[in-house]
Amino acid sequence: MDISVVIEYFPRLLEGAWVSLQLVALSIVLGGAFALPIALARISPVAWIRAIPFAYIFFFRGTPLLVQIFLVYYGASQFDAVRESMFWPILREPFWCAIIAFTLNTSAYTAEIFRGAIQAIPQGEVEACKVVGMTRVQMYRRVLLPRAFGIVLPAYGNEIILMLKGSALASTITILDLTGMARTIIARTYTPMEIFIAAGAIYLIISIVIIAIFRQIELRQNRYLGTLSIKVPDKG
Amino acid sequence: MINLHGFGDQLLQGAVVTIELALYSLFVGLILGLLGASAKLSSYKVLRWIAHGYTTIIRGIPELLTVLIIYFGATSVLMAIAGLFGYDEYIEVGAFAAGVIALGLTFGAYATEVFRGALQAIPKGQHEAATALGMGPIRKFYRIILPQVWRVALPGLGNLFLVLLKDTALVSVVGLDDIMRKANIAVSSTKEPFLFYLVAAFMYLALTIISMVFVSYMEKRASRGLTRG
Repeated sequence: MDISVVIEYFPRLLEGAWVSLQLVALSIVLGGAFALPIALARISPVAWIRAIPFAYIFFFRGTPLLVQIFLVYYGASQFDAVRESMFWPILREPFWCAIIAFTLNTSAYTAEIFRGAIQAIPQGEVEACKVVGMTRVQMYRRVLLPRAFGIVLPAYGNEIILMLKGSALASTITILDLTGMARTIIARTYTPMEIFIAAGAIYLIISIVIIAIFRQIELRQNRYLGTLSIKVPDKG
Repeated sequence: MINLHGFGDQLLQGAVVTIELALYSLFVGLILGLLGASAKLSSYKVLRWIAHGYTTIIRGIPELLTVLIIYFGATSVLMAIAGLFGYDEYIEVGAFAAGVIALGLTFGAYATEVFRGALQAIPKGQHEAATALGMGPIRKFYRIILPQVWRVALPGLGNLFLVLLKDTALVSVVGLDDIMRKANIAVSSTKEPFLFYLVAAFMYLALTIISMVFVSYMEKRASRGLTRG
């Protein structure tokens, strides 16, 4: 092991980490925005409206993210119509292709999380709101949305971690994210173990920070539950 | 009919490699998961720390990075070990072996949590009853505890297998001839990326559906001893 290589190239790795964070943040925000209508359509009482998001979610959860990235980045260029269209300046850029693929992917997963949360709110709470005379908007703003938010949080935190790990795939379409940067450095220095382990450590630190932030938000969001006493399960 | 330019056979061969990789990794991962869960519930602090470190590290870094680290690292680690025994020929770890180790490690880390939950879900009375009947710890484990743990853990393990199946695509990055790489080869000679990646996507989707059917059959089978109502 040669630590001096890691020290020398550490600033470059941090540059890569910054690109990874941008990829994750943009896809999570865009994916979350798409996920809400998909989730609402998914629980629609009309069968054919339900079928479309079902197929969408099934496709994006049932195929590897790598295939999805290649479909967007390499696949789109097969059609002359795409290359001549106004979208080509965007679809030519690996960064935006990665954003598109990640957004589609994470919106499918997030939609399922939202659906679960909406369906998890007990019917009694809706009835209680109506009994005390709240309007529909008040009911959503004061009770249903904050409740759904509290239910969604743990799963949503997980989804962000999964997206962070998935963002490493951006390196396969020439993006210099943390993994891509590590591979570029290794091509020059021939020290795969040192650089890959350093990159792994940076990913680990980012995950730990995300987990810590979400734990704080969760505590704040669920503070109305009072001090939680966590029961330690019996062993064996 | 879609024209695959004669690459259909190649893609099917790739599918066989993908399935083999998934099954071998599943086997390695299940063993690691059971060991990890036992270590996490162990009364020895050192074992608990090792298991905790293992699951935290593996779950915190991208699967692609794990594959790359194992692929590039296993060779140097193996050569260092072989060097201790006076063997200094060049040893190379192939993409398939590296894939099995990397995906097995990943599956094992997540399976550790699933098995831990399942082990904790077995009521204490079951342990006591087995002991009262005079069973030793090993017999108690495979006759009484394991079948019940299996039933509780199956849905979780089924989900993990679906994730594993999709993660096999990552091993194509280090040159394994799976569905993904066969698709890459077809694309480079036909210049029809959309077609071949879409076919690859549907092959993965088909494998996912087959696995889901199989897991639900296994779940039914595992709970056949359970009366409902």
